[in-house]
Amino acid sequence: MQEEIFISGRNIPHIDPVLEVWHFPISLYLFLGGMAAGIIFFASLFTIMRKEKEVPTAVKGAMIVAVVAISIGLVALVYDLTHLLYVWQLYMTIRIESPMSWGAWVLLIVSILSFLWVFSYSTEMFPKWDWKFEFLKKFQAYLIENRRTMAMILLPLSVILGIYTGILLSAFNARPLWNNAILGPLFLTSGLSTGAAAIILFSKNHFEKTLFTKIDLALIILELGLIIHMFMGMYAGSAVQLEALDILMGGEFTVMFFVFVVILGLIFPAMLEGVELMGFKVPSIVPALLILMGGLIFRMVMIEAGQITRYLY
Amino acid sequence: MVIDTLKCVGCSDCVVACQTENNVPVGYCRDWVTESVSGSYPTIELELKSERCNHCTNAPCVRCCPTGASHVAEGGIILVTPDECIGCGACIESCPYDARYQHPDGYIDKCTFCHHRLEKGQLPACVSVCPTKCMYFGDLDDPTSEVSELLKSRKHKVLAPEAGTKPNVYYLT
Amino acid sequence: MDNSRRSFIKISALGASGIALSATAFGSIGPNALTENNLLAKSAKNLKRTATYCEVCFWKCAAWAYTDEDNNIQKLIGNEIDPHCYGRLCPRGTGGVGMYSDTDRLKTPLIRTKIDGKDTFREASWEEALTLVASKMQGIKETYGAESMALLKHGSPGSHLEHLFKAYGSDTVAEPAYAQCRGPRETGFALTYGAWIGSPEPTDIRDTKCLVLIGAHIGENMHNSQVQEMSDAIDNGATIITVDPRFSTAASKSQHWLAIKPSTDIALLLSWMHVLIYEDIYNKEYVKQYGYGFDELKKHVKNFTPEWAYGITTIKPNDIRKTARVMAAAAPSTIVHPGRHVTWYGDDSQRERAIAILNGLLGSWGARGGFYFKEKIKIPKFPHPPYPHPKWGWEEIGEKYPFAEMGITSEVIKASIPGGNDKHPIKGWFVAGTNLVNTVPQREMIEKAIDSVEFIVVMDTMPMEITGYADVILPECTYLERYDGIRSATNREPSIALRMPAVEPKYDSKPAWWMAKQIGEKLGLGEYFKYDDFKDVISWQLEQMGSSLEEMEKVGVKKFKRKSGPMFLEKGQPYEFATNSGKIEFYSTELASLGFDPMPVYTSHDHPEQGFYRLNYGRSPMHTFSRTANNPNLNDLMDENKLWVNPKVARIEGLRNNQEVWLENQDGIVSTFSIKVRVTERIRWDSVYMYHGFGHNNKKLSRAFGKGMSDTQLITKVSIDPLMGGTGMRGNFVKFITENPHKETEV
Repeated sequence: MQEEIFISGRNIPHIDPVLEVWHFPISLYLFLGGMAAGIIFFASLFTIMRKEKEVPTAVKGAMIVAVVAISIGLVALVYDLTHLLYVWQLYMTIRIESPMSWGAWVLLIVSILSFLWVFSYSTEMFPKWDWKFEFLKKFQAYLIENRRTMAMILLPLSVILGIYTGILLSAFNARPLWNNAILGPLFLTSGLSTGAAAIILFSKNHFEKTLFTKIDLALIILELGLIIHMFMGMYAGSAVQLEALDILMGGEFTVMFFVFVVILGLIFPAMLEGVELMGFKVPSIVPALLILMGGLIFRMVMIEAGQITRYLY
Repeated sequence: MVIDTLKCVGCSDCVVACQTENNVPVGYCRDWVTESVSGSYPTIELELKSERCNHCTNAPCVRCCPTGASHVAEGGIILVTPDECIGCGACIESCPYDARYQHPDGYIDKCTFCHHRLEKGQLPACVSVCPTKCMYFGDLDDPTSEVSELLKSRKHKVLAPEAGTKPNVYYLT
Repeated sequence: MDNSRRSFIKISALGASGIALSATAFGSIGPNALTENNLLAKSAKNLKRTATYCEVCFWKCAAWAYTDEDNNIQKLIGNEIDPHCYGRLCPRGTGGVGMYSDTDRLKTPLIRTKIDGKDTFREASWEEALTLVASKMQGIKETYGAESMALLKHGSPGSHLEHLFKAYGSDTVAEPAYAQCRGPRETGFALTYGAWIGSPEPTDIRDTKCLVLIGAHIGENMHNSQVQEMSDAIDNGATIITVDPRFSTAASKSQHWLAIKPSTDIALLLSWMHVLIYEDIYNKEYVKQYGYGFDELKKHVKNFTPEWAYGITTIKPNDIRKTARVMAAAAPSTIVHPGRHVTWYGDDSQRERAIAILNGLLGSWGARGGFYFKEKIKIPKFPHPPYPHPKWGWEEIGEKYPFAEMGITSEVIKASIPGGNDKHPIKGWFVAGTNLVNTVPQREMIEKAIDSVEFIVVMDTMPMEITGYADVILPECTYLERYDGIRSATNREPSIALRMPAVEPKYDSKPAWWMAKQIGEKLGLGEYFKYDDFKDVISWQLEQMGSSLEEMEKVGVKKFKRKSGPMFLEKGQPYEFATNSGKIEFYSTELASLGFDPMPVYTSHDHPEQGFYRLNYGRSPMHTFSRTANNPNLNDLMDENKLWVNPKVARIEGLRNNQEVWLENQDGIVSTFSIKVRVTERIRWDSVYMYHGFGHNNKKLSRAFGKGMSDTQLITKVSIDPLMGGTGMRGNFVKFITENPHKETEV
């Protein structure tokens, strides 16, 4: 029989017996960041296509959700840092090789811009609110004028925001579960899908709801396809990747993944949405919530399971 | 660094010496010893290895660091500047050897090849304490150095070469 | 245990007078934290170094202790010129800083008292504690004679106390290291060569061409210079042959591993002798010149063929022949290592005789690559009045064993039980530097003795189990905080090493020399302690030797030239061995004269029955048994022992890796604590293996309490060596218990 053991008593907190440096706050941020990216994407897309009037929630209400999501996500991220007092170092430099670095910068720009976006819509959404200061009102007018420019900046940035977390994880060749090129597009698709679900959730406009239900359905199908693609890739990979696949297919996370993420988080809502589109009355809140839940749990599973997979020991 | 597994007895002196030299808090370690047993009684093979950060040539931990706290210093040694580290943990995730850990003071820590000793012309603490003298340290770029000569004359391997990091700690087998 | 006079005090009721010093406070979080480089540079600049020699094990490597400005010991580095370590301390030595910083250390003197009907300890001043000790010792002297006060010791504190005891009039001194460890090999080699092996062993491993380890596990025992030399030998291409039922680390580096059936070693040794003699490959010149009784030996081993040995040892005859030939080809640069802990089955002196004879046939005694003639320099004795002559001492207690050359601890313990030894009764114990209950087997006997003895004083640095039985506990400071006798050990060249304090004693602990002096003065023996500080003694001794304290403080170690002649025998050089015949006795005249077997014979020993497994134990390179189990640095490396179980056995018994099991031995003794199973191929299917020194039962050892299992607890059957009284401990068999047997009773 084979034995591979530590004999010098190594038992470093959070590293042994399995790596667990990143926990729930990170998964939460990934989810919120992805959802916000999705919302911002659609908001900017429709603004650029000059169809913002047709999708009021997407550009207004959902953007508030996006801003809130990003804020909570940022708090979660910073909470997870262990060397908190030096967090400003992150913005002293930009390192192209590190997805975390340019991702942090993108996050910064996106959060500022989306905050300004909401600010620009604030009078429209809350007519009773009066910005007392003159320069604020002037600033708001300026923003409303340049909203399309903002959208044009935000569109690519939101894509980056949605995809960079996946690229960040896939760059870690030390974690076989993450180390595949599909993860980036998969996270983006998942982010867009959860963003669309959020819009459906908050929308009161029937046209908007139907439109996004269609978009969401397409995204879910795409996402399922990417997941299958990822599995096939891992199945054809090296021993460590097969082991990684095993965690999802036949190990501790199988139930979690398949029940909550795939079935309840993707397939079932997709069916519900399909049925809804066919004309049956389905409370649209249900698939939306399921998709959101599925997105969150998907991130949680990936973070936890990914840290368990390793090359050695 | 070159380590001769044929001589290592797994005593873990390297672990304790590193702890006392570098003030590593008890409960954490910058290096550790592993034992691999294969075969079946009475045909058994045993390998003992002292492992640490491999100061890889293609270090993923340096690439993924968002602030540049993790950097390549003189001689190819990978160091962490504690004042620039935000404790995000990306480098820990990226290391295939799990060589890094979160120091209780917040920053990320790992083996430094005792560069404070190297500056004074001494060897790293682990190398200088090993009772079997199975650890060798030197300039791998210098073809006449002891480590280069050892690699030329003996069979050797590295840990997890498939991770693609080009580690610089070699094990003679 | 409730109605015994001296119940084991498990839970302390001590006050918190020992201020808990935190382990190296590293600095605060936040803006105060300097970069790592700066911190280290700062501490490196201001490190002061003092000379010392290590006390974590008996090898006594000389070292430098580096202390920083806050008087914390930062690290311990070996002394470069010391022949014991050549600048490299072993993990226990490097971890010696933990011995100093351990907050579980004994802090003040403690005296046993009764509170609410329950036995407990109360803190006392040194004056009170030492006065009590002195008065008790005086009492025993007046009532029974000083001889009835026994000293059970180990290590450096022993020498100070031995001086006190001799002045007091007692020669009843014993250390477990003799009868529970190396005693048989000293007897075996003394009978053959007229010389002890001693410590460190005079094996020229670095120049050897063939190293035979039969029951020695160099690499798992960290006998520092031996491990270093074995590494050199590997570099030089030496052949290593290991005989061990377990795949030891040394076995993994051997060209030949003979997986012998436990307890059959003498058969293998006799068979090797047979091959060497009957294939005519022994060292003829050497044997002709220095040997006595060769013809008797030749006749004796005639029938001990490899085929005969195969049936007993399960080692194939071909392997026996092959390895014998390898040994002969490398002779005289072959070492058949005598081992160190050799108290196994009761015929151990004879087995060591066999090893000695084998070396003799190969001609390795006095040969380069074999055994060198060791030498040490004598440290001048500080003047004192002549010691009184006690009526009896350790020799008389062990008189049943004619070849015992030191006190037999087990006999001293037996004599402490009323009726155990009417001629030489023991009434008081002074235990210093040894955790007696975890060292000497047959715990029931020890506890009975403890119950019967009138007074027990224990001197130790840590609250080990033995302290739970004491009447007075004296906290000793660690080796890093005191002066001690100059080290002079046998080696290739004589050398001395200085031990001086690196820091002041922590808490209220004191050095052994001070305690001995105080007790001596209270006993009216002040004449024997005519110095105020032991520093003066050392200074005087060094000056007598042509050195000085100042010099030794600078260098730590000083070497001297050999005076007793060359290290090795020249070819054909006449040499007188200190035996009856003046030669190497293959046939022992001494043994014959007393009716023992003059040449070793094989006797079969018990084997475990179905469902039982032989309990084997050994060392780990990270620990010195009990002494370091609680050391924070070393506990970090290994905090518990594991039970090695063969995969086949695990399958049959239904055991999984890391499962907790309890053990019950053949006498029905059940272990207090559980141990985790390590399923490994490295152990034979008829045995289990664990590291010795764990399973501590004293809650004050915060890191070691309840971790792992104590093998000593399960060693209740001992086979006494008839020659020197050693206690053979490898004849105990255990079976697994998977459910907690102590669920009803409180542990």
